[in-house]
Amino acid sequence: MANKTVVTAEPGKQELFITREFDAPRELVFRAHTDPDQYVQWVGPSDLEMSVQKLDAFDGGTFEFTHKRGGHAYRFFGSYHEVLENERIIGTFEFDGLPERGHVIMGKTTFEELPNNRSRLVHQSVFFSVADRDGMVQSGMERGVTEGYEKLDAFLAQKTGQSASA
Amino acid sequence: MDAFTALAEPTRRNIMEMLATSGCLSATDIYKNFKASAPAISQHLKVLKTANLVRVEKRAQKRIYYVNPEPMKELEKWIQIFTQQMQDSHDRLEALLKRVQSSEFKIPSGDPQH
Repeated sequence: MANKTVVTAEPGKQELFITREFDAPRELVFRAHTDPDQYVQWVGPSDLEMSVQKLDAFDGGTFEFTHKRGGHAYRFFGSYHEVLENERIIGTFEFDGLPERGHVIMGKTTFEELPNNRSRLVHQSVFFSVADRDGMVQSGMERGVTEGYEKLDAFLAQKTGQSASA
Repeated sequence: MDAFTALAEPTRRNIMEMLATSGCLSATDIYKNFKASAPAISQHLKVLKTANLVRVEKRAQKRIYYVNPEPMKELEKWIQIFTQQMQDSHDRLEALLKRVQSSEFKIPSGDPQH
């Protein structure tokens, strides 16, 4: 059975959770988050060209990466507060394309060991305001729209089927 | 004002929670729950109505407020699209992990081809 990514964002709250299980030990999942050559291969929407300028994944280090499409570049950056090998990463995250600075997100990613060489990733993002959080979720929608409605319809149909059977 | 901006304000979120709990409330019932002045709360109700988050019905001289469930579904839809993007990204991560794992199993065996 394919692994599923679950996003939890309760209305009116300043946080969201992203969880996902992998058929790989957590050491490898951790490495895919801290090795720039691996990170560049999976982060971000598939239709954007991803490049990593810096990924200094250690306590006090910083990162910077860019998504490009056509003439547009979307730059993201932040700092690592704590990088505990194979266990967790705590740090900040900011998109520099907003009209003003200061919409910083604090993130915690934990890598949990599961039996049979599997693992679970749990990410928590905490925002300064509910509007910041909803804005980020909403920016996902704008990209989603350009990716086409068919995919959305198929997904919503699948979702609806699941919640009806749940 | 869109539903998200409207809900970003704490008093308006309180009003929405009260309405969700009670089903429906008159304007007077809502005013009573706040220290802020009736005109201030009335202004918040106006914003919620403009954002289509609440519906108003007139009964005698009373205005009764209800939650309009439709815009709440919007947030859910956005989360689903966001989830799909995270899913796509994680699927690529999973594919990468598979490649890494298979190449690491080959190295200790000393046989890169088979």
